[in-house]
Amino acid sequence: MKYMALIYSAENAYQGKPEDLIAAYNKFAGEAGAAGVMVAGDALEAISTATSIRVRNGKTSLTDGPFAETKEQLGGFFMFECKSLDEALEWGAKIPTADYGTIEVRPIMVFDS
Amino acid sequence: MNQTGNEPLAGLIRAESGRVLAALIKYFSSFDLAEDALQDALEQAIKVWPQKGTPKNGGAWLYKVAVHRAIDRIRRDKLHKSERTAQILLDLAQSHEEVDPETAYDIPDERLRLIFTCCHPALSRDGQIALTLKTLGGLSAREIARAFLVSEPAMVQRITRAKRKISDAGIAYEVPDRAHIGPRLASVLTTIYLIYNESYAAFEGLTLTRKDLANEAIRLATLLYDLAPDPETGGLQALMRLHNARRRARLDADNTLVTLQDQDRSAWDHNTIDEMQIFLGDLLSQHRPGPYQIQAAISALHCAAPDWQATDWPQIVELYDALAKYDDTAVVALNRAVARAQIVGAEHALVEIEALAPVLADYQPFFAARADLLARLGRHKEAKADFSRAIALSGNEVERRFLIKKRDGN
Repeated sequence: MKYMALIYSAENAYQGKPEDLIAAYNKFAGEAGAAGVMVAGDALEAISTATSIRVRNGKTSLTDGPFAETKEQLGGFFMFECKSLDEALEWGAKIPTADYGTIEVRPIMVFDS
Repeated sequence: MNQTGNEPLAGLIRAESGRVLAALIKYFSSFDLAEDALQDALEQAIKVWPQKGTPKNGGAWLYKVAVHRAIDRIRRDKLHKSERTAQILLDLAQSHEEVDPETAYDIPDERLRLIFTCCHPALSRDGQIALTLKTLGGLSAREIARAFLVSEPAMVQRITRAKRKISDAGIAYEVPDRAHIGPRLASVLTTIYLIYNESYAAFEGLTLTRKDLANEAIRLATLLYDLAPDPETGGLQALMRLHNARRRARLDADNTLVTLQDQDRSAWDHNTIDEMQIFLGDLLSQHRPGPYQIQAAISALHCAAPDWQATDWPQIVELYDALAKYDDTAVVALNRAVARAQIVGAEHALVEIEALAPVLADYQPFFAARADLLARLGRHKEAKADFSRAIALSGNEVERRFLIKKRDGN
């Protein structure tokens, strides 16, 4: 099954050096890749770059900012291929941001063809 | 299953259904299909057994019929488009080995998988409790709803949501491996203990359903210990059975709560107590202690004492210290302080209890305990105020009657 791990944290929650965090992410991605569970993964630019779109009655309106103003914001994601939820949760717990933020794990929906 | 009007049959069905269901879920990889098929088989049993006689192995009979009914359902509902079900149909067509319920045929015991799946920490605690009672306990959604004082539709929804998460999120139907079993077992034990506490704390109506929850929790812990004899599982079983052994003495003739201190100890179930003392001794000799074994040991010391004064308080305090290493909460500290009062006196204990006041501001036992100590020190006015606060916080009629009696007699 494919699982999406959504990485949430408050923008200033990480207290360490940025290069350490990048190193931790590289290490994690390397391990997940070597284990064959990594499908995809990326970080997102800061929420100050976000634009939200709504189309109502054919009219498009744009808003500067994220979908909702919350303390913890989506900052990146990984997609894993795992045998079960437990395996996905185990990988999710290893994502460096799990130490100070929240990782939300959800299965990718499968549509019957 | 009460609607059968056939008590021995209902009892047998109840005893077998958890095991049959666990095996069916393994076979079909689907909670819903397994439950529907078992329901079909149960209806068939209710029709056939009274006429043709009960088969030697009722479980194997139910399993066999349920497998066939599940296959009928797959065909009818055209579910066999999926690879997994097509494979099952193929396997079945090729298999010549028929289950014979008249021989000593045993269906595979998959209940351990079922317990761990139902109590998976990715499910809400309410969902875990409901699903465990439904699948392993064989209770209907209506019975569970009544026991937990929620509406039947709400309970059905809770069960459905839990089952849907298991299948949609890919929670594996398996017993966790050695490296992962620790926290998973802890989750199972918590769920079972919550089922027990629900029956005990909300003692009020003393209804049959409530008592059944206690029995169900004990049955689940016993089953779990038989399947996987971990000392903590044994500890939980001992804790609940020791506690339950004192149940009869907890109410007086007017249905008012009687605390441990004033209970008629001859009314306790001493056979169970003796049995659990030996069992607990065996568990503790494995030197793999944990919070449930420690709580059971505290309960065992109370059970062993001829009266309140003769209780081994120093050892109880030591055990609370040990418990605090696992469960460092104000509630444990409160219980410890109450035990300490028997050694160091009410005045010292009161100082220890005061320190907990900010954390336990809404905790009824805190005010009842403090009121008790204040009364012992002759500070009756303050004691009365604390009893009143405890009465206001109590959610239970039996307990409230007891506290009112204490306050007005103070």
